[in-house]
Amino acid sequence: MNYEEYLAKNRLPHLWCPGCGNGITLKALLLALAEMGLKREEVLLATGIGCSGRAGEYVNFHSFQGTHGRTLAFATGINLARPELKIICLMGDGDCAAIGAGHFLHAARRNIDLTALVINNFNYGMTGGQFSPLTPAGSLTSTSHSGKVEGIMDLCRLAETAGANYVARTTVFHAPELKNFILEAIAKKGFSFVEVLSPCPTYYGRYNKIGGPVKLMEWLKNNTVPLKKFEQMEKEDKGRLFWRGKLADRNARDFFTAYLEQERGGRNQ
Amino acid sequence: MTCSARLLQGNEACALAGVDAGARFYAGYPISPASEIAEMCSQILPQHGGIYVQMEDEIGSIAAVIGASLGGLKAFTATSGPGLSLMQENIGFALMAEVPCVIINVQRFGPSTGIATRPSQGDVMAARWGTHGDHSIIVLSPSSVQECYDLTVEAFNLAERFRAPVIVLTDATIAHLREKIEIPDELKLVERLKPEGPVENYRPFAPGAGGVPVIPNYGDKYILRVTGLVHDEEGYPSADPQVAGQLIERLAAKIERFRDELPQPLFYGEENAKVVLVSYGISARAAKQAVSIAVNEKLSVGMLQLQTLWPFPEEQVKKACAAAEAVLVIEMNRGQIMERVKACGLFPPRRISSVSRTDTGIITPTQVLTAIRGVAG
Repeated sequence: MNYEEYLAKNRLPHLWCPGCGNGITLKALLLALAEMGLKREEVLLATGIGCSGRAGEYVNFHSFQGTHGRTLAFATGINLARPELKIICLMGDGDCAAIGAGHFLHAARRNIDLTALVINNFNYGMTGGQFSPLTPAGSLTSTSHSGKVEGIMDLCRLAETAGANYVARTTVFHAPELKNFILEAIAKKGFSFVEVLSPCPTYYGRYNKIGGPVKLMEWLKNNTVPLKKFEQMEKEDKGRLFWRGKLADRNARDFFTAYLEQERGGRNQ
Repeated sequence: MTCSARLLQGNEACALAGVDAGARFYAGYPISPASEIAEMCSQILPQHGGIYVQMEDEIGSIAAVIGASLGGLKAFTATSGPGLSLMQENIGFALMAEVPCVIINVQRFGPSTGIATRPSQGDVMAARWGTHGDHSIIVLSPSSVQECYDLTVEAFNLAERFRAPVIVLTDATIAHLREKIEIPDELKLVERLKPEGPVENYRPFAPGAGGVPVIPNYGDKYILRVTGLVHDEEGYPSADPQVAGQLIERLAAKIERFRDELPQPLFYGEENAKVVLVSYGISARAAKQAVSIAVNEKLSVGMLQLQTLWPFPEEQVKKACAAAEAVLVIEMNRGQIMERVKACGLFPPRRISSVSRTDTGIITPTQVLTAIRGVAG
């Protein structure tokens, strides 16, 4: 299948800024769906609130946009009602890591069968470039004029610890790897998580004087290293680099399967 | 119709009614005095092929309920005041996105954490206006264990018919009161309509009969787009003033046009009485007892028990109070329904007074009787 068959071309142009990475992630998702040959009615794109939250408007299969931060909780109900659906939850860094952090941990812990995809552009873009929990310390944003005081948290490590079956991180610069990770995440039964580092030239790139879209792409390339290499690096060399790669790949029973076996199966025996 | 008798507490009646009404999904978070509803659902839902999931908070609970409903299951949750506050944003989402679901709110003493095990009727306006924005919402109020069962079944029917969230307001007293109830062997249940016709270009939010759209479930061949943003008939976000105006009007009108088909007020006592009581929920029990004593004393007293609080049954209240010289509103709060009765513009507000109790105790027949004698003399 061709990825364009999932694209709602009549809704274009999209509202994302020139140089935004959201389109690359959306295309990687559609390429993965095409490669898997999934039918439109078999897939649901659930999104949050923020720039990436508008992605559902540009696909022609089932879409859902809930309230800010709650995507994974809504999707938990959808999964348990329609376990045959392939659910992809596309969220932003503020949406998932701040207001939605509780649901993220518990969806991973329950091992709900869905794919959580977080576009991390290091700030709240839709509201004007405020810092998020994933904005690196010291960054300049519209609410941290002298540099962000707080540190970041690592969603990948959190997902791995909470019990996710699949955890990976890459960037929109590494587009083929992104498509492959998304494909593996969707194919995986249970909770899958892919974090995508992505440029926001309008706010984060501009405020931090990184440069335009091309410079931001170079920044993603130069500030990430493969996970294996990262693990072998000395602590001081890691600095503010991000690893990319696959952190977890396991096959624990997802919630729905486990529930059926215990609650329904157990009583019928 | 044949029935079977059961001895149940109010919370059990709500849980059982939900399952009997066809609910196959419950998501909740433990909270007093509503916890028995979750406990019972965790036991009986799997036996009916359903699912119980205990979420991380009430925000997630109502979100999961909404998700399951969009997947085609009748779904519900139960909570109490603090949990109702947390659910409010997503209750608004269910209104906006037209998602059928039922919320049992077992009222406890508030505000804030209040007293978790003591009753109140303090959530009447929170149920009406707790979520932000302009909207209409259906809120039912049972006054007995039997009505807990009957009105919970009705709540599911109304939710499916109008494609909207429906709130059932009980309280800590009814929740734990044990009474004999009659459960019908057969219930009249409403099932949501299924889309028909061509799959391509189907408009999931085009108004159908009575202004209610015929919305597919996720996973159906008809593609469904759902958002809490203002949306057009296809489900796409829109900032068009005309689209926004028509949507908000339709969402309210689809309920309010059919207010006469919601559970109607019950009338007790003397018609065209000089003193008319308006009450609901557990307080209506005391009011009913007081009216019965007062009528024996040859006092001219009638009483209206509201089963539907919102939309407010204004016409029925006006009719019942037409000949009244005094109206007493019996409720365990500082006059939340009394203010609404005043807004009916019946006669000078001084003739409308409140019989209330806000010290964690329930209103007694004696308290009501004293008030009746006070205005009837």
